[in-house]
Amino acid sequence: MKQPGTVGALDERYDLAVIGAGPAGLSAAAEAAEAGLSVLLLDENGAPGGQIYRGISGMPAKRRAILGADFVRGDAVVERFERSAASYARHATVWSLAPDGPKGFEIGVSLAGAARHIHAREVVAATGAHERPFPIPGWTLPGVMTAGAAQIALKASALVPAGRVIVAGCGPLLFLVTAQLLAAGADIVAVLDTAERGNWRRALPHLPDFLRSPYLAKGLRLMLKARRAHFAAGVTTLRAEADADGNLSRIVYGQDGRETTLSCETLLLHQGVVPNINLANAVGCEQDWDEAGLCFVPRTDAWMQTSIPGLSIPGDGAGIRGAEAATLGGTLAALGALCRLGRLTAEERDRRATPIRAEFERYSAGRAFLDALYRPPKAFRVPEVAETIVCRCEEVTAGEIREAVAGGVTGPNQLKIFLRCGMGPCQGRQCSLTVTELIADARGSDAATVGSYHQRPPFKPVTLGELAALPTTPAAVKAVVR
Amino acid sequence: MFRRLPESEEVTVRFSIDGRSVTARAGETVAAALLATGVVSCRTTPVGGQKRAPYCMMGVCFECLVTIDGIGNRQACLVPVSEGMAVRSQHGARAIADEPLAEGAR
Repeated sequence: MKQPGTVGALDERYDLAVIGAGPAGLSAAAEAAEAGLSVLLLDENGAPGGQIYRGISGMPAKRRAILGADFVRGDAVVERFERSAASYARHATVWSLAPDGPKGFEIGVSLAGAARHIHAREVVAATGAHERPFPIPGWTLPGVMTAGAAQIALKASALVPAGRVIVAGCGPLLFLVTAQLLAAGADIVAVLDTAERGNWRRALPHLPDFLRSPYLAKGLRLMLKARRAHFAAGVTTLRAEADADGNLSRIVYGQDGRETTLSCETLLLHQGVVPNINLANAVGCEQDWDEAGLCFVPRTDAWMQTSIPGLSIPGDGAGIRGAEAATLGGTLAALGALCRLGRLTAEERDRRATPIRAEFERYSAGRAFLDALYRPPKAFRVPEVAETIVCRCEEVTAGEIREAVAGGVTGPNQLKIFLRCGMGPCQGRQCSLTVTELIADARGSDAATVGSYHQRPPFKPVTLGELAALPTTPAAVKAVVR
Repeated sequence: MFRRLPESEEVTVRFSIDGRSVTARAGETVAAALLATGVVSCRTTPVGGQKRAPYCMMGVCFECLVTIDGIGNRQACLVPVSEGMAVRSQHGARAIADEPLAEGAR
């Protein structure tokens, strides 16, 4: 593994560029490099692993024990990549990606304060997932963060929330993080489960022979009981409230028509993860609404290739299937790229893919059950309280969006013009799904019809200085000089 | 507010938050270091002056924006803390008059 630390140390061209060092990106890069391709893996973080295996390299045994057995499965994925001949640029930001004729793709990269364009014949965008927005009144207050954020702080920095912690929402990760934080000694005073009680009935047709999550939840209840913590199921409303300083000081939740107030210093929210599609959307990949997962997913073929030839999205970035499926999906994406580049015959590709695909399907099979069981309730996806902030960056509320729709706004992109919704620094990452579902609800339409924001490059911030310092091409000079 | 789990072999670095000298564990991000130091809020928003704090810790929410060594709007959760680094919280919208001009532009 080579580690270019500046844009000057990058090659002009690679056979394959991989974006993201989670399980999908790591296995795609390793598979391709082992087959002899020149590979560059670009990642925003300081060490391989993505968010799921965050901080795994060199992690002390004590922290590993808190995180549990599934976490250490990342060792094999990281070690295989580190043994390969792939180049690895950490703390690198990819801010543009565009097809560029016979050269493949042009990629805008920033690294150590300087920007550059490089080329790759094939691109694997393993952009992974992020947590679904959880728009409730008060979710922007200091002291409120996602459960995933607390887990990252634990994985990467051995940090545990101090003081009274409340965990709220639904999904397997919510219970996993709760168990990990309890093991790390956090004072969790309440777990508020927002999953609808009828979900069990709807999930049953998808029930495979064995599922771990309910047992995890059951075990959690016992742990919480031993600590005299409070477990509330069927929570239907939730709001966070501030003290005089403007920081979180208490939450109010509704259950069976009654409201309960609890004081706390930290509120951790979570209602599932969704594909991080900003890059795919900005590049122009076709995407579809997934009604089971309640999110947009880039359309991909059997080799994870998107509607743009040569651009593949394995892993959670093209639909949530989890870490094991992502590792396998990365390998399948690399085999597809190897075949398109003429390094593997179709027969050889298929022969090598067969056992991997079988495993991939096996890991993907449980997803329908999880989607049904942990489907986040509409009240927490489409805010009913008008004052609830939807776009955190531009501070646009649910009420303002409903008003704009009543005034004739038909979709998310028109909404930008009226309210600047989705136009702040996060570029819609935190409000896109809420905005789509809110407009659909207000118009009596559906999310697939309403569609999503159109993203544009640069899809991560790059300074004007970095852009200005890019080498000018003859074509660029001709465009502005007469 | 966060606390650190005690772990062996900790290497610390010294940096500053709004001029106050603090320590962090080598290799961790600025956002993690802020949380561990007891910083509750790292900025107020340009739109409404609301207090905000790190929310996602993985580079997607842009709530942890701070000024690092003179460069504004850095994502604190993606930048590793380093010895001598000067971190400043951000308050509301910046005025153009506050911006340092490059030599040639004066």
